[in-house]
Amino acid sequence: MSIRERLSGNEATAYAMKQINPDVVAAFPITPSTEIPQYFSSYVDNGMVDTEFVAVESEHSAMSACIGAEAAGARAMTATSANGLEYMWEMVQIASSSRLPIVMALVDRAISGPLNIHCDHTDAMSVRDSGWVMLFSETNQEAYDNMIMAHRIAENKDVMLPLMVCQDGFITSHAIENIELLEDDKVKEFVGTYKPEHYLLNKNEPIAVGPMDLQPYLTEHKRQQHEAMENARRVITEVANDFEKMTGRKYDFFEGYHLEDAEYVIVCMNSTAGTVKNVVDNLRANGVKAGLLKVRVFRPFPGELIAKALEGKKAVAVLDRVPLLNGTGGPLYEDVVSSMFIENVHVPTVNYSYGIGGRDVTEEQIHKVYQDLQSMQDMKDTFRFLGLREK
Amino acid sequence: MYNVKEVVANKPSRFTAGHRMCAGCGAPAVARMILRAVDENDHVVVSNATGCMEVSTCIYPYTAWTDSYIHTAFESASAAESGAEAAYKSLKKQGKLPEDQNTKFIVFGGDGGTYDIGIQSLSGAMERGHDMTYVCYDNGAYMNTGIQRSSATPRFADTTTSPAGSVIPGKMQPRKDLTEIMVAHHLPYVAQTAAFANFKDLYEKAEKAINTKGGKFLNVLAPCPRGWGYATEDLMLLNKLAVDTCWWPLYEVENGVYHITYKPAKKLPVEEFLKLQKRFRHLFKPGNEWMIEELQKEVDLRWNELLAKEEMTNKQ
Repeated sequence: MSIRERLSGNEATAYAMKQINPDVVAAFPITPSTEIPQYFSSYVDNGMVDTEFVAVESEHSAMSACIGAEAAGARAMTATSANGLEYMWEMVQIASSSRLPIVMALVDRAISGPLNIHCDHTDAMSVRDSGWVMLFSETNQEAYDNMIMAHRIAENKDVMLPLMVCQDGFITSHAIENIELLEDDKVKEFVGTYKPEHYLLNKNEPIAVGPMDLQPYLTEHKRQQHEAMENARRVITEVANDFEKMTGRKYDFFEGYHLEDAEYVIVCMNSTAGTVKNVVDNLRANGVKAGLLKVRVFRPFPGELIAKALEGKKAVAVLDRVPLLNGTGGPLYEDVVSSMFIENVHVPTVNYSYGIGGRDVTEEQIHKVYQDLQSMQDMKDTFRFLGLREK
Repeated sequence: MYNVKEVVANKPSRFTAGHRMCAGCGAPAVARMILRAVDENDHVVVSNATGCMEVSTCIYPYTAWTDSYIHTAFESASAAESGAEAAYKSLKKQGKLPEDQNTKFIVFGGDGGTYDIGIQSLSGAMERGHDMTYVCYDNGAYMNTGIQRSSATPRFADTTTSPAGSVIPGKMQPRKDLTEIMVAHHLPYVAQTAAFANFKDLYEKAEKAINTKGGKFLNVLAPCPRGWGYATEDLMLLNKLAVDTCWWPLYEVENGVYHITYKPAKKLPVEEFLKLQKRFRHLFKPGNEWMIEELQKEVDLRWNELLAKEEMTNKQ
């Protein structure tokens, strides 16, 4: 029997980490992810886990310590947000290129500047090409479930890549929701024990990690990283299937909500999907064929599947929870439209920047997007701001 | 009793031939001797900061290290090692490692990776008390990138970012005293040493550091023929002159108690050390005598401070 509880997204994540019982956790406080190491260190200090908790002096050292621990043969985890992720950015790249399946909870928050502690996805998007598997979570339940699935994906020997589970800062990290937790023994069995092939603490096989890698080999090593990311597609599906067998909860690369017969579709990630679902329900009641495509697996990007799911729609709006600063469009938008181009899918598609720095995302705003999609002449203006204060 | 012939004959070199460090460089001799001080039955995880030592000893697919080795980035060697050490503790506690396994954790970083960009992660790891020995091989500049000044660069030294110009004659600031900063961390063992007198001082301090529990720090002088501008065969002479002029005092601080491990019978004037090096050549031009005087004052001041600290901490 699963356990019915009420937990915040941070508590749920910390609880999943307790059940996973990693060998090492290294973390540094930063809003809104601070609670995760807080809850976790109480598990450590009360003897509920076998973990060594390393209270590092910075996020740069948090990721460095995770790299050292994971390379040494341990299962290592961390949590961070925004500037913390930016500060560890250098090491985020080194974690993936060293093929270390570290798992990180990323509680999404706007990166500075100016300083803002609330939700948007600028942090996650800044590491989108870093060679990490990236899972997004609409609810506390999804943040928990993704965390339980994380190690099985990351540690698969055909993958061996770090993985981050993203959720929205404050919106899910601090809001308390009903949640179904798994029993400890079920999680333990599902996650399994980590048996690294090569590791620093194997005194019978000393290895060198992180060598100087020059012109003769770097290209091939990067190709191997690319293959690992491709392999992750299969493994993500296998793990989701096993998870469904255990819990009855189904996870895929993305979730479609009234998507199949929809004419007007919003593509988005994380908590906004919940608001969109409400609006879709209202529009459907009024005869408007509205639908949602909520991306769960952002890396590796399921471009082919998304393009095919959008084929034949009348209009699509991609919602990027980042400011549009590059003159071409938000990252999710770019990925969706280039996938459509490759798959020869031609649907008018616009891009909205929304919810910056924790700006409320209201049903009225989402409703406005669906209205825009229904008035085709307005499609010329590709890049738009949602919920902007005009005066 | 320490006997260099016995140590070299009986203790295998764990840092092997084939690396690409320069002839006359002080660092490889230091690394080799420090690793010789490890008990032969013990296994080592070496963490190496980016720098000369790293780029010259572990170029894929080769390595000069016979122990386990990790390089992550310039500033992160201490933090990566603290993660490896935490992993060791955790896996040992859970019975996931052989009971008889004894692993030592040793970090190597140059002065750039230690005094400057790596000081935060070093300070953090030491404050947390990870059981590791940090070895700074101090050659007084960013040698790997082409001799740029660091906070370990001596006053007036000519480097590529503090060139001896007609208006500004080299680096104008005194060296940061990292050994004292590490003493202020209240560690069980901090020492300053050099490859001097058959490596006795270096070997004994390394042995003590490696076999003391907790965070330990060794600051080791490591002359650089390119950055300092000396003839490669003068490496050991420079080590000796640095010590005999009290430019680089040899001492250790054990649980707060100072012990100067070598007091020169005759303290040589600092120019004996300076005059063999191109980086100080401009100090010997007419009109620049004041620079040598200033350096001598600085050396005397610090040496006297050290003598006072030794006296004070041994009083109780």
